Amino acid sequence: MSDTATAATHDDHAHHDHKPTGWKRWVYSTNHKDIGTMYITLAVISAILGMGASMAIRLELAVPGIQFITDTQFYNVLVTAHGFLMVFFVVMPTLIGGFGNWFIPLMIGTPDMAFPRMNNISFWLLAGGFILLVLSGFVQGGAGTGWTVYPPLSNADYHPTPAVDFAILSLHLAGASSILGAINFITTIINMRAPGMTFHRMPLFIWASLITAFLLLLAIPVLAGALTMLLTDRNFGTTFFDPSGGGDPIFWQHLFWFFGHPEVYIMIVPAFGVVSQVVSTFSKKPIFGYLGMAYAMASIGVVGFVVWAHHMFTVGFNVETRIYFVLATMVIAVPTGIKIFSWLATMWGGSIEFKTPMLYAMGFIFLFVVGGVTGITLANAGVDIAFHDTYFVIAHFHYVLSIATIYGIFCGMFYWLPKMCGNMYDETLGQWQFWITFIGVNVLFFPQHFLGMAGMPRRIPDYPDAYAGWNLVSSIGGAISLVGALLFLYILWKTIVSGEKAPANPWGEGATTLEWTVDSPAPFHTHEQIPEIPEEEHGEKVYVSPGAK
Amino acid sequence: MRPKEEGMTKYRQIVSRLFYTVLLAAAWLQTGPSFAQSGPQPWQMNFRPSATPVMDDIVEFHNLLLVIEVLIVLFVLGLMVYICVKFNAKANPIPSKTTHNAFLEVVWTVIPIIILIVITVPSVKLLVFMDKAPKEKVEMTLKVIGHQWYWSYEYPDAGNLAFDSNIIPDEEIDVSKGQIRLLEVDNRIAIPVDTTIRVIMTSEDVLHNWAVPAFGIKMDTVPGRINESWIRVPAARAGVYRGQCSELCGVNHGYMPIVIEAKSKQDFAKWLDKAKKEFANEASPTKVVQKDTIVR
Repeated sequence: MSDTATAATHDDHAHHDHKPTGWKRWVYSTNHKDIGTMYITLAVISAILGMGASMAIRLELAVPGIQFITDTQFYNVLVTAHGFLMVFFVVMPTLIGGFGNWFIPLMIGTPDMAFPRMNNISFWLLAGGFILLVLSGFVQGGAGTGWTVYPPLSNADYHPTPAVDFAILSLHLAGASSILGAINFITTIINMRAPGMTFHRMPLFIWASLITAFLLLLAIPVLAGALTMLLTDRNFGTTFFDPSGGGDPIFWQHLFWFFGHPEVYIMIVPAFGVVSQVVSTFSKKPIFGYLGMAYAMASIGVVGFVVWAHHMFTVGFNVETRIYFVLATMVIAVPTGIKIFSWLATMWGGSIEFKTPMLYAMGFIFLFVVGGVTGITLANAGVDIAFHDTYFVIAHFHYVLSIATIYGIFCGMFYWLPKMCGNMYDETLGQWQFWITFIGVNVLFFPQHFLGMAGMPRRIPDYPDAYAGWNLVSSIGGAISLVGALLFLYILWKTIVSGEKAPANPWGEGATTLEWTVDSPAPFHTHEQIPEIPEEEHGEKVYVSPGAK
Repeated sequence: MRPKEEGMTKYRQIVSRLFYTVLLAAAWLQTGPSFAQSGPQPWQMNFRPSATPVMDDIVEFHNLLLVIEVLIVLFVLGLMVYICVKFNAKANPIPSKTTHNAFLEVVWTVIPIIILIVITVPSVKLLVFMDKAPKEKVEMTLKVIGHQWYWSYEYPDAGNLAFDSNIIPDEEIDVSKGQIRLLEVDNRIAIPVDTTIRVIMTSEDVLHNWAVPAFGIKMDTVPGRINESWIRVPAARAGVYRGQCSELCGVNHGYMPIVIEAKSKQDFAKWLDKAKKEFANEASPTKVVQKDTIVR
């Protein structure tokens, strides 16, 4: 509307790259690339806060005794804020809002998302959620409930201040943002693929985004319902989760984890997609077992909905229930195995260039296996009794989330940075950044397996002196990781400000997807002429859409 | 809240704790863990010594899992190292175009399924075994109630014996008596050895979790619900066992430990007599404790 009006007043119609300027370009943005950039910017800000919280935690836990955080409620608030920030405002905005917005239209060959205005509100709802979450930390004591917000601790008797209400409303906004985003992604991917790009020829990142969007669409409403019940429990005297009124705290856990388990796949599946693109590009080979890869992700998504109670093995289920959830959970290892081995087979016979994105992809594969096998341990309710709520669990989910997912993010950032900002990052610095992070996160999280086996509980601000050794090692690892994170911020800044100009396709023959056919940085409007995807190449059917040659 | 200390004292405290930790580590490396000191040990990398048949089975099953998992990780690592050496751009300038191998794809689907079945059998056995003690075998019941932020215990088979168990604050810990900071309570509970004990648990306010690693017990205490588990400590493993609350329960979540003495039947009877006298005035199984509702 206003776009056409502005366009008419300009006379440079030949130049197809005009765009709104100033704050309007961003606040009113309906451009998928600008919205993607805003998502990533928000994620970087949240990541600084979230990592600040984790560094404060590691600093406190470096030696036994209460050191710096003399208020244990504040410690619980830090633990909670770290979880919320990282899950809802770092991982999801980068992998889904950021990479998804930027590269879904570019990779499927369409000018923009299906609903550009909904895309805009989807981002700004998330920004609102972020502000509410930060505010909740400043409201009378904050929300010290853990990111799981288990009642009764989170109900009005034990957290009487509005801090928890702020957190709940923050998640409501973030959830609404995700649902709108998911609708947009699904519509775009199903309807707006370039001619010739059938479902079975979509790049795996598109498959991953489509599956993630469906998971969001089905899981987030359950969270929204549960949060609303908690909100009315807290403020309007309902007793959904209060046994004194016939409710049940375990009911919350069922609802929360019915959302919460798909949520972990919401965070990891897009990373699967990124890693698949990168492994294929730098091995200069098409993905091995493309269909198996796509349907492995889909089946992980489906099975991910029926395993939620493995987060609740200690609530007192009868034995049959636990047996079911043990079996269902372990089934997920099969499609996960298919993915791991297909990535290895993609590299097998390849001509691999170990650029930074590829290092991160390989780091992702290996460390995801390390985190995955401890998942098998935890899936078995019998041994889970020894590990539930100990540092072993922390080690497990940080290997798959803090390491694997964040590696997926770094991997995608280094891979697509030339396309997003038009400049190449410094390869030497990138490799340094990878190795510092690799050492840092392993020193940080591996010793936590030992702490968990020895029985150290999660979410405690002080621990018996015997746990001091590995905690100190872990904190040192935290400091190394911090160096890696700061170096990444420096690389990001340096690339944007003074990086070498990147060609349209900096990665060579292996980069066959459509985003490499447009200039770097991608112009404001792309794919104004819809690309055609050839039916065959090299005499055989191609699965991943071919592009720049 | 604990009082704020002077900066200098705090620094000295940190240094002395580190020093103490190193000493303990050196001692442990020479002697190994013992039942007399069954809390966590410095630089421990494994489970605490098991005290019950359930924990024995957990350890045994975990050993199986650990071997399988380490082999999987090493296998993947080996493949990756081989790939890095053989298929880097220098060693292999022309990439192959292979994208399918039906046999391989079936293999890496079927083998994991077989491994999972191998894991499932002992896993289900363990679950059934640890679930509940058969009714006819139960010789005694221990009732555990979680509160913000202490545990209370009741012995329904011993009249109305009931008492609270609070943490001993850091200032009052006497290391020379073998007391362990954060793992010491004013009133320890005792259980007899060679006795099948049913433990029933609930909570009076928020969720807590009654966890004793050496017993293989970790069970949420849930307001409005009763959960059940069981303990049987063989005579040879009499000793002191410790645990901590394992479900975030608020400000003092880190400060509600569990200390249990597993005693011979005679010693337990003596302890029971003494405890009955000591807690005669407190005893009341239907005791109502005021809620501590304020967060700060």
